Amino acid sequence: MPDTVTRLDPPASRLHDDTAAAPALLSAENLKKHFPIHGGMLNRRVAEVKAVDGVSFAVRKGETLGVVGESGCGKSTLARLLIGLVRQDDGRILFDGHAVGSPQGLTLRDLRRNVQIVFQDSDSSLNPRLPVGESIAYGPQVHGMKRRAARALAHDLLRRVGLEPELFAHRYPHELSGGQKQRINIARALALEPRLVILDEAVSALDKSIEAQVLNLLRKLKETLSLTYIFISHDLNVVRYVSDRILVMYLGEIVETGPTDAVYRAPKHPYTKALLDSRLAVDPRGRIETAPLSGDPPNPINPPSGCRFRTRCPYAEEVCALQRPSLGGWQDHAAHLAACHMSDPESGHSSARQTSLPWQ
Amino acid sequence: MSEATLSLPVRSALGRASGAAKPRGYWQNVGRRLSRDYVTLFFAFIIAVIALAAVFAPFIAPHDPNATSMVHRLKPIGYQSYLLGSDELGRDMLSRLIYGGRISLVMGLVPVCLATSIGGLLGLAAGFAGGWINALIMRTMDVLYAFPSVLLAVAISGMMGGGVFNSLIALTLVFIPPLCRVAEVATTQIRGRDFVEAARASGASGLSIILHHVLRNVLAPVLIYASSLISVSILLAAGLSFLGLGVEPPTSDWGLMLSTLRQSIYVQPVVCALPGAAIFLSSLCFNLVSDGLRQAMDIKT
Repeated sequence: MPDTVTRLDPPASRLHDDTAAAPALLSAENLKKHFPIHGGMLNRRVAEVKAVDGVSFAVRKGETLGVVGESGCGKSTLARLLIGLVRQDDGRILFDGHAVGSPQGLTLRDLRRNVQIVFQDSDSSLNPRLPVGESIAYGPQVHGMKRRAARALAHDLLRRVGLEPELFAHRYPHELSGGQKQRINIARALALEPRLVILDEAVSALDKSIEAQVLNLLRKLKETLSLTYIFISHDLNVVRYVSDRILVMYLGEIVETGPTDAVYRAPKHPYTKALLDSRLAVDPRGRIETAPLSGDPPNPINPPSGCRFRTRCPYAEEVCALQRPSLGGWQDHAAHLAACHMSDPESGHSSARQTSLPWQ
Repeated sequence: MSEATLSLPVRSALGRASGAAKPRGYWQNVGRRLSRDYVTLFFAFIIAVIALAAVFAPFIAPHDPNATSMVHRLKPIGYQSYLLGSDELGRDMLSRLIYGGRISLVMGLVPVCLATSIGGLLGLAAGFAGGWINALIMRTMDVLYAFPSVLLAVAISGMMGGGVFNSLIALTLVFIPPLCRVAEVATTQIRGRDFVEAARASGASGLSIILHHVLRNVLAPVLIYASSLISVSILLAAGLSFLGLGVEPPTSDWGLMLSTLRQSIYVQPVVCALPGAAIFLSSLCFNLVSDGLRQAMDIKT
């Protein structure tokens, strides 16, 4: 990979960031998004998919927050909520301490300048009729930058993502490989000088060697531009490699959160445990014969009562059906928490009073 | 607040002199491919000849197209100065065909252009807005769709009366629904793509997204389809004139000529078939050029 990334002076506002104290750059409080399902006579609202159901978390300045979970657990909806592509039904988003969308706080436009997203499908993310340089320059022009300056910026960004501007700026997406396209998408996201970049399965569709290159690029960009990442992926190994902290999602809820090492070393939620066990071992002696988790996640239209994981949980007890476990204390960044009755001594679950969890 | 809304510093960190390799745009590519397609070029050339003849008809036509002659009625091809013979009133066929080309070209191009702008915009709006706006526009189009196009054109012309202007309007109304649908389908497809989401995520307004991202992708399919409608429009216009709903006599028009000459088909079959041949040739040329255009514009993305 050509190493042509040059260091520029960070924008003035970033100089104020006190990374040592690491306040929350973006936090979500009790975020909910229910998609209505219309049907029957007169297109009535017959049900709703609880895609994101009461999610609270915070991203600190300068960290990488990994979000993992099965397909359909609401990861991508969460990403789209955070950037305002879909509006939440309930809850609020704070960016840098300012509520988004409230009269005193930030407008959606302000949020979108500071938060950008890279999608999984590198091909669909680029306009096939626009040279990629123009695609990168489009965002700044929307925000009032002159065409010439935006083009110069696009060239600079192309160099930063390791593509020679003279060779690539005028090309069309169909002339580029998947990895190159994803580099363009990263450049496009960076063109507005965001402080937070959401990477929604951004490397999942790339083959392994390209994936590693792009991950290294992302890490380098994060250092030079003092970015914050929310890294959404289903690939547990990649998430472990890039993330400082982890959110584990299941059926629209956060079931476990904590520092990456702690979560990977000692998962507190049986779902996280099963997820981690389902990774393939390189060592043949470490092979697993049975799937740690069987079946599909329950239908999010009608999720199980109490704990949503109880239908697939080997440790489920009566209390799990009756009470919904909560993820208390999420404001504490260093905390390793699980929304599980076994982690709550007061819950009445038989394993709750034991000193260690059943699998430890 | 001030911290969150950072100003975008203009970074003029252009390392090297830019401006190598001029970007070749989509339309330049299309033009390049068209310039190598000799079949299409040939038929485009015939259209150009017809068009030039129509535009400069007063200078080219050997006779006054409306000058009748009781003596020289229904003469065969090559009779005296009547290169292509004369019609039932002794008017020069060649001159009438040249003048008739004016009406046919106008009737072929104007309704399609009007319908492309109106239908295209409606389809773009329907596809981009979605929801009830889409339902309103597209269901209205479906109502127009329910009538066979010829019947609809005849009904509209019949209702408003004959004449060139009224048939123009009738044909435009006939072509709006299919063009609207093509634009709507293309827009709906584009709207769901991630790059539109990404543009929205960069804070762009709906109008800006349409102009920069949607229109570019919708234009090609709409133009390809519209070009295929030109020959249909010429045929329909000739049909309306044939039925007496188009131009009024004595204006020379291919459809009208075909209609008045049909009684003389046993007297001068070849001369009487000439307007039909002109209609056939022009719509064939437009069809083949449209085909070439489709191939040139169908660049894999």
